[in-house]
Amino acid sequence: MAYSSKTRDLFAADIEEIKGKGLYKEKRFICSPQDASILVEYPEGAEKKQVLNFCANNYLGLSSHPDVVEAAHEGLRERGYGMSSVRFICGTQDIHRTLQDKVSKFLGMEETLLFPSCMDANAGVFEAVLGPEDVIIADRLIHASLVDGIRLCSAEYDTFKHMNMKHLRKKLELHQDKRTRMIVTDGVFSMDGDLMPLDEVCALADEFDAMVLVDDSHASGFIGKTGRGVHEHFGVMDKVDLITTTFGKGLGGASGGCVSGRAELVELCRQKARPYLFSNSMAPAIVNATIKVIDLVSASTERRDTLEWNAQYFREQIVAAGLQVGGHGTPIVPVMLYNAKLANDMASDMYAEGIYVIGFFFPVVPAGAARIRVQLSAAHTKEHIDKAVAAFAKIGEKYGIIGLDKKGIIAKYGM
Amino acid sequence: MSNIEEMQEAILEYVIDEYVDEDDDEEVECDTPLISSGIVDSFSMVSLKVFLEKKYQIKLPDDEATPEAFDTVNSIIALVNKHLG
Repeated sequence: MAYSSKTRDLFAADIEEIKGKGLYKEKRFICSPQDASILVEYPEGAEKKQVLNFCANNYLGLSSHPDVVEAAHEGLRERGYGMSSVRFICGTQDIHRTLQDKVSKFLGMEETLLFPSCMDANAGVFEAVLGPEDVIIADRLIHASLVDGIRLCSAEYDTFKHMNMKHLRKKLELHQDKRTRMIVTDGVFSMDGDLMPLDEVCALADEFDAMVLVDDSHASGFIGKTGRGVHEHFGVMDKVDLITTTFGKGLGGASGGCVSGRAELVELCRQKARPYLFSNSMAPAIVNATIKVIDLVSASTERRDTLEWNAQYFREQIVAAGLQVGGHGTPIVPVMLYNAKLANDMASDMYAEGIYVIGFFFPVVPAGAARIRVQLSAAHTKEHIDKAVAAFAKIGEKYGIIGLDKKGIIAKYGM
Repeated sequence: MSNIEEMQEAILEYVIDEYVDEDDDEEVECDTPLISSGIVDSFSMVSLKVFLEKKYQIKLPDDEATPEAFDTVNSIIALVNKHLG
């Protein structure tokens, strides 16, 4: 047997090392459809518990929406279960084209190409478009999938301090000798819940002849007056050259992603992006359901308006309760605790109170910046939010952090 | 000022300018952990590598430009000196 006990011990030791560092991810099972209130088995084997979910990317509450579920059924009935092919061989149906066209219109872009996920879109877009004569200039806190995609690409890359326009300017000046420059950023930063000022980014891009790519996964469907994304919020819908986004969060929550933008760049992805060329097509049921999602969010802003109200209400209430929060203007509200153990312990206590939230700490966020990330949904009611705030106030009291600022919490618990 | 002191000053100045926010009161010294403390992450380490290569006219092989080798200004100087010959 090639997998000897010696080999097994080697990998088992790796797992123990992960546990020793406190980085082990426990198994958690959801025994109901995704929603604001879910049935959870955690830890594995424990009695199932009904909890309020404040850690899903189900921003618009569409994951289990009856019209979306019905559209998935229709897709299954009309176009079958799977494509058994990549897109360019025999994996493209008419509904793939329909979805691409609808996404282009919704995002205000020239063309769109579907990928199995936004992770795949980010893995493929840079290599397809850029070469060694070019440079990518990325915000330091971009999503891991963008980092991976950039590393897979032959272009040179550089970084700028998080949302620091002065530093971005300096880097653009430094790289004027390159063939092309591409500024890369998240629209909404998923750990901090802050919005990249795309109006300022695009102004610099104009000044220094640079393209702009935005990963709007935590924005598509709900940021901006009509939910088009961060480019709508900052009034630069015609200035952003490429958007990558997912259908796995606000836009239905199943899977799939896309590259949307300038026609030539999207066409290059269709010709050259490896995750597009070598991975299966999005399944018909998901494509049909995503078409329904785009129709729903195009027809009404009711859900994004509810989400905006919920996020604002939670933010106000949690601050009034005496807790520290980060970010602004998004449904991601990090409750700042700074200390990793404190974040972990408080998240466990919140679960006991029936509120499902997760603590995040280094290396997922910078050292000394541990937090519980709260994600609001249009599916939450005011009562849900009041319960979450009351639980935070109770648990915050238990740990003696109510009313303490950053220095106070660090003085009490360390970083 | 010795060569080492000059290198310490130049690299420290670059690290503070490149990686520490203006409003951050974090103190960085020559033995302050940079990578393991999260001041510099492995993704943004690339600009430090490019700076060193340009400033000292050397080529740092990827397998030597590791997070460990880049963890303090002093360890960076050791790596640079090795390639200065």
